[in-house]
Amino acid sequence: MGCGRIGAELAHLLDDEGHKVTVIDVDSDTFDELPPDFSGMAFLGDATDEEILRKAGMEQADAFVALTRDDERNAMAAQIAKQIFNVPRVLCRIYDPLREDFYSGLGLEAISPTRVFVRLLKERLGE
Amino acid sequence: MYVIVVGGGEVGYYLCKQLLGEGHEVVVIEKDAKMCEHIEEELGDICLHGDASEITILNKAGITRAEMIIAVTGEDEDNLAACQVAKQKFNVPRVIARINTPRDEKIFAKLGVERTVDAVGLISEHIKAETMLFPVTRLFSIRDRGLEVVLVRVGRNSSAVGKPIGELSLPLGSVISLVIPQGEESEIPTEDVVLKEGNQLICLVPTENIGSLQAIFKES
Repeated sequence: MGCGRIGAELAHLLDDEGHKVTVIDVDSDTFDELPPDFSGMAFLGDATDEEILRKAGMEQADAFVALTRDDERNAMAAQIAKQIFNVPRVLCRIYDPLREDFYSGLGLEAISPTRVFVRLLKERLGE
Repeated sequence: MYVIVVGGGEVGYYLCKQLLGEGHEVVVIEKDAKMCEHIEEELGDICLHGDASEITILNKAGITRAEMIIAVTGEDEDNLAACQVAKQKFNVPRVIARINTPRDEKIFAKLGVERTVDAVGLISEHIKAETMLFPVTRLFSIRDRGLEVVLVRVGRNSSAVGKPIGELSLPLGSVISLVIPQGEESEIPTEDVVLKEGNQLICLVPTENIGSLQAIFKES
C-alpha cells in the first residue's frame, strides 16, 4: 500500500525475486514509479476499504506492507490486514517513534524511519 | 468532567461550546493553526495545536486525567488512531469516535473502538424520514442492546392497513410504542388500535429484524 519511491522500489525488488506482488495506491500517477518490466499488479483504490483489499486479493496474501506518508492511514490499513484478513506478516511505516512502540504492542511490525535513520547517523558518527 | 475533543471543525466547535455550557472542562486538539486561533477567539484558551494521535500532544493535554475523549475529525483514520491510543495506552474510560465512511463502523468495532457515531448514515436516515418515501427509517440506535428506534410509515395497501395491532405478526422483540395518525393526536397504542394508510409509528425493533418489519408496512 503506497506506491511512492519506497513502495515502488520494494515492489520491484520482491517482483524480481519471483514473488507475486500487488501495489495499491489512491493515485494512479504513482504507478509510473514502477519499472516497465514489473510483472505484478497495480491496483487503484483506498487500502483502508475492506472491499478494495478483498478485491486486491488480500485473503491470499502472506504479507502486507503499509507505506503511505500518513501514519494513521498506515496503522488503520495494517490493522485491517492483521485483524480482519489475518495476514501472517504485517509491516507498517510509522514516522512518530513514540507510536512505533504503541502499534508494535498491537501486534503490527511497526517501523519508524525516523528512529532507523537517527540510529544510522549515530553509528556513522561513532565510527 | 474533563473531556478531550479531537478536531476543531464545525462538529468539534459546537460540541466544545455545549460541553463548556454544561460546565465541563474541555480541551480541543486541532491540527490547523488557523482553526485553533478561531476557537480560542470564540471559546477562550482551550485549544491545543497539534496531532492528537501523537503521544506527546496527548500528554500535553493531560490525557492521564481525562475521563472522556471524543474524536470528531473528518478523517476516520485519525479518529481511530486517537481513540486507540487514548483507550489502550492511557486507559481513558470513555472513548467516542465520529465515523465519516459508514463502512468503517464495523472496522472500528473490530479494532476496539465500539462507541461510534456514523455521521453520513445519521444524516441520510434523517433526510430519508423527511422525504416520507421510505417505509422504515432509523432514528436512534441502542447499540449495546442491539435495538433500533425506527419511524415506520404504513404504506398504501400494505399488509398492515385495516388491521388491529394485535393481529399483526410483528418480528420477535419489536414493539409499536406510538401511533401518529395524520392530523390527529398521537397515542400509545393498545392491541385493538386499527392502523390506517399514512399512519406513522415509532417502533422499537431488534437491529436484525428491521427487514421483516419493513415487509409488513411496505406499500404494495
